[in-house]
Amino acid sequence: MNSQAQSHWFLPTASIVFALILSIVPLPDALAPFRPDWVAMVLLYWALIEPRRYGLLTAFWLGLVLDTLSGTLLGQHSLSLLVIVYLSQRFHFRIRAFPASQVATVVIGLLAVYEFLLFWIDGAAGRDVALLDRIGPVLTGGALWLLVLVGVERGRRAAEARM
Amino acid sequence: MSGPGQTAGVPGMGQVSHGARFALLAIASLALMFIDHRQDHLAKVRELLSLAVHPIRLVVDLPFRVWNNASQALTDNAELRRQRDELQYELLVAQIRLQEMGEVDRENERLRQLLNSIEEEQGFEVRVAEILSVDLENRQRFIINRGKADGVFVGQPLLDAEGIVGQVVAVSQLSAEAMLITDSEHAVPVTVERSRVKTIAEGTGDLGDLLLPYLTNTADIQPGDRLVTSGLGGVFPSGRPVAEVTVVDLQPGQPFAQVRARPLATLDRDQEVLLIWPTEEAVQQATAAGLTAPPADPAAATETSGAAQ
Repeated sequence: MNSQAQSHWFLPTASIVFALILSIVPLPDALAPFRPDWVAMVLLYWALIEPRRYGLLTAFWLGLVLDTLSGTLLGQHSLSLLVIVYLSQRFHFRIRAFPASQVATVVIGLLAVYEFLLFWIDGAAGRDVALLDRIGPVLTGGALWLLVLVGVERGRRAAEARM
Repeated sequence: MSGPGQTAGVPGMGQVSHGARFALLAIASLALMFIDHRQDHLAKVRELLSLAVHPIRLVVDLPFRVWNNASQALTDNAELRRQRDELQYELLVAQIRLQEMGEVDRENERLRQLLNSIEEEQGFEVRVAEILSVDLENRQRFIINRGKADGVFVGQPLLDAEGIVGQVVAVSQLSAEAMLITDSEHAVPVTVERSRVKTIAEGTGDLGDLLLPYLTNTADIQPGDRLVTSGLGGVFPSGRPVAEVTVVDLQPGQPFAQVRARPLATLDRDQEVLLIWPTEEAVQQATAAGLTAPPADPAAATETSGAAQ
């Protein structure tokens, strides 16, 4: 019981911290526009798996941390994360209930919304960001998510076959 | 980080409060953005947050630091000897230059006294800061490993061996965020070394390019001219190299010429930068003469030269 509660807490936190690290690791100029939205993806994952624990409040705090790390306006990532987490939970979107391809499509859609919000806020604040910087992460993020889901599904099937 | 007591997504009961909670947090983020964009009130909050996330930056920076140290430790003897010879030669050249400069300096001082010039010689203290290997969303900005604890202040100039690198825009206890001179929000007052024409060099968002938008078609400037800081605005000390003019494109019929310049500082390869502090005397003289904003009021200093847009 106790160890289960611990693993409940440990894995999400570790993955979130790791995502934060990946989001500021230096990349060569050519690759930088294609850095996936690690934090948004990890948060979405946990918000979908365990909506009762990881939801809007987590999105808010995490957004502030990300804003600080990446030097953006305080609240910019918060709002964007809030919106995609809200959308995913509002429509009772569940990873386990849908096939991988559909989940990936929705996640790509959510990542696109996320990037659009960031882009829009940059525009409103008068900061110019290249459009490629906003499209690249959606593409790589979607591809990565698809890979992970396919892997998870295969693993699950293998486990079922064994039983 | 997890939100305790969240009932988000619970069917039946959570629906309304879920929406309300979203609205509340969304409004909070909007308010934060608005305040952060308009005023400086959130500096304290940013400072605390920055301190809190500092360990993450250090973790990211660590492998790069270890790699640098390791590659230094593994440099072989012959290479070290070669480097030492090179440095000794450079030192010799620099010392000879310095001897000449000493003479010029004294002459300069004499001439200033003759002219009763109010422009006093300014003294500076210099310290090295390391650039953390951490990416910011705006790639014209970077984090250095010195902060308030080291006396770093907002508006403080950063240099490297070749010229002006940028200035500090935010400080926290252990680190500071700095802006390159090529950031599109940055502008630095400059003088053309040859003709003493004064103007402003704005960043373009491109590491190799500065824009000089306020020069008329008749201004005395040509490709190859060196631009140095003019000292106006009080952020940068005067006479430091900034850039070399690359393109002068006269525009008949337009009020201003298209002039571009390439920064002299090696902005893309720096791992260390120099932070400079005006010495006490210099500050007093400058304040007394009413020439420059005292560094005790960094906000005013950034206003004048940090915000072009």
